[in-house]
Amino acid sequence: MANLREIRKRISSVQSTQQITKAMKMVAAAKLRKAQENILAFRPYAYELRRLIAHLSAMTEDVSQIPLMARRPVEKALLVVVTADRGLCGAFNSNIVRRASERLREYSDTEAELFLVGRKGVEFFHKRPVTVNGQKINFFNELNFNDAVELTDTILNIYREQQFDRVEFIYNEFKSAIQQNVIVEQFLPFVPDEEIMKSPRQVDFLYEPDKATILNNVIPKHLHVQVWRILLESNAAEQGARMTAMENATDNAEEMIHQLTIFYNRKRQASITTEISEIVSGAEALKES
Amino acid sequence: MAMELTVQIVTPYGEVFRGEVQSCTLPGTEGGFQVLPLHADLVSLLDIGSIKIQINDQTTRFLATSGGYCEVKDNVLKIIVESAEFAEKIDLKRAEAARKRAEQRLKSTQDDIDIPRARLALARALNRIRVAQFVNSLN
Repeated sequence: MANLREIRKRISSVQSTQQITKAMKMVAAAKLRKAQENILAFRPYAYELRRLIAHLSAMTEDVSQIPLMARRPVEKALLVVVTADRGLCGAFNSNIVRRASERLREYSDTEAELFLVGRKGVEFFHKRPVTVNGQKINFFNELNFNDAVELTDTILNIYREQQFDRVEFIYNEFKSAIQQNVIVEQFLPFVPDEEIMKSPRQVDFLYEPDKATILNNVIPKHLHVQVWRILLESNAAEQGARMTAMENATDNAEEMIHQLTIFYNRKRQASITTEISEIVSGAEALKES
Repeated sequence: MAMELTVQIVTPYGEVFRGEVQSCTLPGTEGGFQVLPLHADLVSLLDIGSIKIQINDQTTRFLATSGGYCEVKDNVLKIIVESAEFAEKIDLKRAEAARKRAEQRLKSTQDDIDIPRARLALARALNRIRVAQFVNSLN
């Protein structure tokens, strides 16, 4: 970094990096707002479904008619690991894969397989000694409800056809723009919301068709909603994490530019001083002769 | 004064409709049925089909839905469905494209095609086309 031209080049390169991180921060902020709107919009739907299911399962004594609620001893588990498709979002992805590896170790005496959602997870587990059952990648950019439906149905098929006893989701929960929590959540077999189940409801309804059929039909819909919620949460958390990471990067770039500029000015001053003293001493030498 | 029936249509993307109406006709899985004010408390599954809302003597509106369920209680009808689109807003071109895609998938002989899913997609596309065309023919 000795000569002035190099420092100038360095400053301009940091400046262009800063422009990029700034732009990424803005984009993430806009996407975060969109993600939050989606979360708000779908809440009433999720609430109504949860209420109906809790109510119905409280009314149904014979749970054996509902295959998705049947619990078995866990001999084979599927971990659905939700990462992002892209990086540059702080510890977002590494927190998830670390938690997933831990969970795998906890399952060391049972058979456990992974289902990877998001490209970063696939990249991480690609060369590791784990069994990957399936993956879904490159869709977070244009996330819509059909993605959730598709993912749910794929997982349901795997669950039914390959005799898994338990499915868990590992994902980032959106706390705030600067905070994400890693959540491990049981997905299957399905457990109804106990709090709502406890609140008694006086009236009974007419059911068309019968309760068990309705329940069997509505549970997959509820699972769609669960997955949709998880994807939205994860997406919001990703954008939040990226926003924070990019803000830090922008600040750091600012700091760096500041220091480089000071260094540059000092160097420039030093070289001017050297030049002057050279000229002066040269003139002195001429005078003496 | 006649009792009013409040209808609420809720989808994952938010509330599509909320208002007082005279009656509402729904595509139940056991056959279509109509809900009038003072209907008995009911929970019913809904199939792919059309929802008709009679708002007053002059206005009737139609929606295409891909199924879900509905709940009637105390003159409030909640329709909880995975999608509901007002007929006027259906994009016929998109629906046609979806229909073609589904048909092609059903025709292809590849192994990895999920037949039930393709059938459902086809049924949904046909339903949207049907509802949109029906409403267009009214105007």
